Amino acid sequence: MASASVKHTVRESFGDRIFLTAVYVFLTLVLIATLYPLVFIVSSSFSSPAAVSGGRVWLLPVEAGLQGYAAAFKNSQIVTGYANSLFYTAAGTLISVTLTVMIAYPLSRKTFFGRSGLMMFIVFTMLFSGGLIPTYLVVKAVGLIDTRWALLLPNAIWVWQVIIARTFFATSIPDELAEASEIDGCSDLRFISSVVLPLSKPILAVLMLMYAVGQWNAYFDALIYLKTNSLFPLQLFLRSILILNNDTGTIDAGQIAEKQMLQALMKYSIIVISSLPVLIIYPFVQRFFVQGMLIGSVKG
Amino acid sequence: MIPPVLYFVIFKYIPMFNVVLAFKDYNVIKGIWGSPWAGMKYFDLFFHNPVFLTLLKNTLFISIYLLAVSFPIPIILALALGEVRSQRFKKTVQLVTYAPYFISTVVMVSVIMLFLAPNTGIVNMLLGKLGIDSINFLGNSGMFRSIYVWSEVWQTAGYSAVIYLAALAGVDPSLYEAAKVDGASRLQKIWNVDIPGILPAATIILILNVGNIMAIGFEKIYLLQNPLNTTTSEIISTYVYKIGLLNANYSFATAVGLFNSVINLFLLVSVNSIAKRLSNNSLW
Repeated sequence: MASASVKHTVRESFGDRIFLTAVYVFLTLVLIATLYPLVFIVSSSFSSPAAVSGGRVWLLPVEAGLQGYAAAFKNSQIVTGYANSLFYTAAGTLISVTLTVMIAYPLSRKTFFGRSGLMMFIVFTMLFSGGLIPTYLVVKAVGLIDTRWALLLPNAIWVWQVIIARTFFATSIPDELAEASEIDGCSDLRFISSVVLPLSKPILAVLMLMYAVGQWNAYFDALIYLKTNSLFPLQLFLRSILILNNDTGTIDAGQIAEKQMLQALMKYSIIVISSLPVLIIYPFVQRFFVQGMLIGSVKG
Repeated sequence: MIPPVLYFVIFKYIPMFNVVLAFKDYNVIKGIWGSPWAGMKYFDLFFHNPVFLTLLKNTLFISIYLLAVSFPIPIILALALGEVRSQRFKKTVQLVTYAPYFISTVVMVSVIMLFLAPNTGIVNMLLGKLGIDSINFLGNSGMFRSIYVWSEVWQTAGYSAVIYLAALAGVDPSLYEAAKVDGASRLQKIWNVDIPGILPAATIILILNVGNIMAIGFEKIYLLQNPLNTTTSEIISTYVYKIGLLNANYSFATAVGLFNSVINLFLLVSVNSIAKRLSNNSLW
């Protein structure tokens, strides 16, 4: 290998080297442009209120401390929202992944009767939809308004995920395997649970990650379907704290200036806290992620 | 297999039939089917409404701007990554550029607001150091589109590049060897091997993007809106939400939404057929 790479660099022409340098410069710029805002947010969240509002944070935390986090966790909305979002994410992911596998697996089998018709039936919903109000009326008619189900059911299946999962099953679970186990007297359900699912870890990881992130980040369904505060997911509370600037705390006239500084800081801390779960699972799923996505999407 | 089908029927197909609402005078007590027919009344109302042209213009402007920027950038990113020999550097760039994709819309919007805040935002502080007066970015209707589009690129470019990287990985290695034997430069190799290699994937993505032209990010735009920028930020979907759910004008909002969906479908079908004729790549 070493000798091959040496040869390679020797053969590189002058123009190619300039080009390659340009590529590295470009990618480094992209890297900095993407990374800097993220670093800035994290650093700000660990700085002091005065440093944040005084604009003294540029790259690393200034007068490092945890005041922002302390203030964020004192906010009861953040705590309620966090608990609710954890529930919605866990329950929603379970429901979504189960339903997606239930439809994607049959669609991947060539022997399945009415396969292309069913595929059309599903893909069509990507092309045309009833729109906001007609959907809202259905959710209302089914009696889901202001219940936890309103966040779990109406958007449970994403067609794109079905397509990715179907392609994965079709390419990585050969029909011969199904036939062989049928001959061995294995029922369809048994086959799925003891052969298909263990072989499908990468795609299950992708589905879980995408649905979990979607559920954790979703706010619009909650905005239109929920009315009771105690059911609200984190994102809805975030919207009122971060964007609408509604502070629920009591207003003490003497401390207003200090409070405003703390509020600016708290926003950064809240941003970090609310993105944490996704960032924690991301590296674990990442190795499956590229693998699953690649197999699932390219041959679609 | 039955539950997912039921899901599609209830939450996707029944709403499609509910669009008859657009042709009816909706009455809560009589329900959708019992309400009297209104004919094209609500479409007339919409087309003759002074906001119609603004909405249509804003929706199209933002989408086309977004498409023009967010379609080529991931391709360029993937091609550049394809040139990198150091696996470590490549992985680092990928890991970092994916990350913003997982930030929620609400958080993304508040980050934009914090960064661009007049006086206190980091962007204005930087401008201040350079001796430039503070700019109220989000209160400036002329800047809304750029803010929306470029923040979107920051968030999604790395993620969107994955699919092209996958396509590049699928290119037959013998083509690269042939190019090397022929003495192709890196640029020529990109032009003659890489680009044809990702063309099928790019075509499909382009078709899908065009098919989504009318369905641009409602959530983000709605959250970024403020009274100072609505002249450029009000789009059809934010209008439907305000008229429909906040003012409970169901029939009118359904008509506007239907107009939106129909244009969307029309765009998708036409682009698909053009692509089919030109390159043999199509969605169906």
